[in-house]
Amino acid sequence: MKVTAQPADSTLTLILDGELDASSAVVLDTELNKPELLKYKKVLIDCQRLSYISSAGLGVFISHLQRLQDANVKLVFFNMQEKVFNVFEILGLDSLMNIAPTQEAALAA
Amino acid sequence: MQDRIRITCSRQNLQQVRDFVRGFLMSAQRSELVINQVVLAVDEVVANFIIHANGEDATQFLDLLLVLADHNLDIEIEDHGSTLFLPTGKVANPDLRAYIQQGRKGGMGMALVSRIMDQVEFFERNSHTVCHLSKTLP
Repeated sequence: MKVTAQPADSTLTLILDGELDASSAVVLDTELNKPELLKYKKVLIDCQRLSYISSAGLGVFISHLQRLQDANVKLVFFNMQEKVFNVFEILGLDSLMNIAPTQEAALAA
Repeated sequence: MQDRIRITCSRQNLQQVRDFVRGFLMSAQRSELVINQVVLAVDEVVANFIIHANGEDATQFLDLLLVLADHNLDIEIEDHGSTLFLPTGKVANPDLRAYIQQGRKGGMGMALVSRIMDQVEFFERNSHTVCHLSKTLP
């Protein structure tokens, strides 16, 4: 799992590449735990190259969501592969998280 | 058709387990969505065995057996560690809104497994824990 951060004005985009599981979730957790994240209005998660997510990966997002919301930082996923979106659906997380079809839609969300 | 693999109890081996299950089901020409669901269910159980039952002790090992007959998939994961690990197969619906408020990381894995597989069973055999998962594949 590789996480690349792309800051642009008030938006930070995190590009995920690879499989997010109990072994690799710590990489994402470290990135989302950075204090400077809270200075952005939006954190966008580019999922185009995210090919797998397990409960450990979902847990990382869930564990940071309230902290981001409290700081008025909006977390938005975009470009999610169908099989990855399906995992969010199985748990009902698709109705609790902001998931946009494209980067443009994520920026407008 | 059937296939088996043995792995040591390191979470670095989760990728190997997923590749093994994917390869098995791809050769059976199942859809990408179904393959990913089964891969996820196995990954969750194996991760629990590695992390919670064996404390990531790489001297311990797990055996994984996949059997597909027509549309019926049976999966057996045997933990050769010395500690019995018998979580209930049926998991209550996790309150995800509460998890978000609490900033909770865990507690969703077995809920996923239960929703994906038709049957989830943990039992003891020869002083080892065995997990049996089954599913009728579309």
